[in-house]
This record gives sequence, structure tokens and C-alpha cells, in this order.
Amino acid sequence: MSHYRGLQAEPVVFRGYDGDQGDAYYAKPIGSGTSVRRTSAPAKCPGIVVIHHLPGWDEWITEVVRKFAHHGYAAISPHLYFREGSDSPDDVGARVRAAGGVADAQVLGDVAGAMAYLRAQPNASGKIGVIGFCSGGRHTYLAACTLSGIDAAVDCWGGNVIVDNPKDLNAKRPVAPIDVTEKLNCPLLGIFGNDDANPTADQVNRTEAVLKRFNKTYEFYRYDGAGHAFFNIYRDAYRPEQALDGWKKVFAFLHRYLAASTASIAAE
Amino acid sequence: MCSYIVEKTALIGSAKGRKGWMRIDTANVYFDHPYVLAIDFTNEGEGGRDRVAIELSADSARALVERILAALASGEAAHAEPETEPTSAAIAMSC
Repeated sequence: MSHYRGLQAEPVVFRGYDGDQGDAYYAKPIGSGTSVRRTSAPAKCPGIVVIHHLPGWDEWITEVVRKFAHHGYAAISPHLYFREGSDSPDDVGARVRAAGGVADAQVLGDVAGAMAYLRAQPNASGKIGVIGFCSGGRHTYLAACTLSGIDAAVDCWGGNVIVDNPKDLNAKRPVAPIDVTEKLNCPLLGIFGNDDANPTADQVNRTEAVLKRFNKTYEFYRYDGAGHAFFNIYRDAYRPEQALDGWKKVFAFLHRYLAASTASIAAE
Repeated sequence: MCSYIVEKTALIGSAKGRKGWMRIDTANVYFDHPYVLAIDFTNEGEGGRDRVAIELSADSARALVERILAALASGEAAHAEPETEPTSAAIAMSC
């Protein structure tokens, strides 16, 4: 996959759950790639929906979106908390946290809307992946089991995929994602830190066992010396060595399932 | 780790934020294990849109709890009414 030093990144409006219009951040590659065969931006790009973490739609997530554009993807991150107003992301995130998060149905509708946005772009290759971090990882797992049209999914340390206490299920999160694993309809990559408390290493083991039981296509990578959110450079949890390797795994996986066929399209 | 677990308590007080002093009626306490203990002071009765927020390390949060309790205990001890023996006149008046 080529790297593109030129990219176009901007806030856009997307139509999400229940037809609500909300904010998203969108980036795509422009200009020349590093491949000697390419002299212009790719005619077609695979798309990727980036689902933000529980603290909110923050600077790190916008950097992740731009990172995907650098790697040749058209990337979009919908602001899952846009209905809470236009205050600073951390204030909005705090309000959503205090209210117990957002409803799964709403998130899935927003993710579907973001996928539709990507498909509507002239550069759409037809392949779409979804990646999520923290609660976004859980949402990715759920989306990959629930929505159609996802060609690859990446769950980065999503907690609460397994719900051990049924009392933790509620109106906003009525289903434990592990219980719909049989419906997983695309390859799944999981990235986890072995020091994470949510999900724990045991919960990751149990998730893997369920994926095996249903013969799902998946890859799990677990990192010693890393806990939750170890990709995030703004947090004490950041672990550069593990994060660099984890990103390599992410892009190798996505290239295999999203971009390999796109390369043949662009070369024509 | 990020979680949806928030400990809430109703309270009576005031906090000074961006817009000056505000009444507060709720504290939302959230532990982003193992790094940050966050406290948001809000007025839920007025919609909860404004907050005064603090973030502490776990050790700092525990130390703060101890200092708060110590300050309350010292204050109460310093302002406690001294105990006195009843006077003969007081006993006579109570009969």
C-alpha cells in the first residue's frame, strides 16, 4: 500500500441514526504516492470508519483518521456524541460518560451512516473496513456482527464484549457482543494489552474461544507490558514499541482484506 | 481502562469555573483505571452542561480523601462546645 504525503482532511456532515445530521471528520489521500507506478492520487480508495473511544471525538482520533489517509484509505470518524452539543470534546465526553454512554442502536446507525458517506464518494473502491478503540472496539465487534457491508473489522482493546454480570446489560446496551458472534460476517483483527483490566487477558481468551467455536476468520495480537489504550500518545498508557508493532498488524490486515483488490483496480 | 462506571453523589456546594462561581448539586466520580481519578462537579438541576473538572492520580485521590477527613475532624474538634458540670443553680431550675 502506498503512502501519501498529500491528504485532504476536513469536518463534514453525515447522516446517521434516525436520519440525524451530525459532524464527522473525513480524510483522503491526494497527490502522489510512494509507488513509482503512481503519479496521482488513487482513483479508488478503500474506506475505513474510525469509531472513537469513550472519552470522545478528540485530537487523537483526528490524527488516526489522517494516518489512514496517509496509508491510502478514505477515512471517516463520526462524532458519536454530536447530539450532546458543540462544547469541547472533553466536556461533551464527560456528560455522555455521566449519562452511562450512548445507546448501541444509535451508534450502529451512526456507523452505518458513515459507511454510506464513504460509499457515496467518487473515490470509493467498494471495500469498507471498521476500526474502533476502547468502547469503539466493542462497537466495532458489534457492528461486524450486525451490519452488512463490512469487509474487515479491527477491535482495539474493546471492553465489555463479554459481560459476566447480566445486571450490566441495560436499555442502552441490551446485548453482550459475544452473544452475537455467530453472526460475525467479516474477518476480525483484535489488538489487546495483556495488562488491560477491561478486557482482561482471560476475557480475551474466552472471546477467542467463541470465535474458534464458530469458525470465524480472525487474528488476535496481545502485547506484554501494555494495558488499555496503548496506541494513544496522549495517555500515560502509551507504549511506543507495542504501538508501532500493533499499527503494522493493523495495516497488514486491512491491506489484505481491503486494499489488495483495490490495487488491481488502481493499476488498470 | 475506559469504563461506563461513574460514582455519583448529590451534594450541596459551589464551584468556580470558567464563568465564575456556580451552584453544584452533583459530583460524578470516575476512575480511569489505573491512571486517573476524575471528578466532575455539575449542577444537574440546571441541565448539567457546565462542569468544574479535576483529574488526579489514584494515590493523590486517596491522599486528598484523607486530608479532607482530617480537616473535617480537626475543625469539628476545634469548634466543639466544651463539656461543663451543671451548676447548683441549673440543677435547682430543672426540678
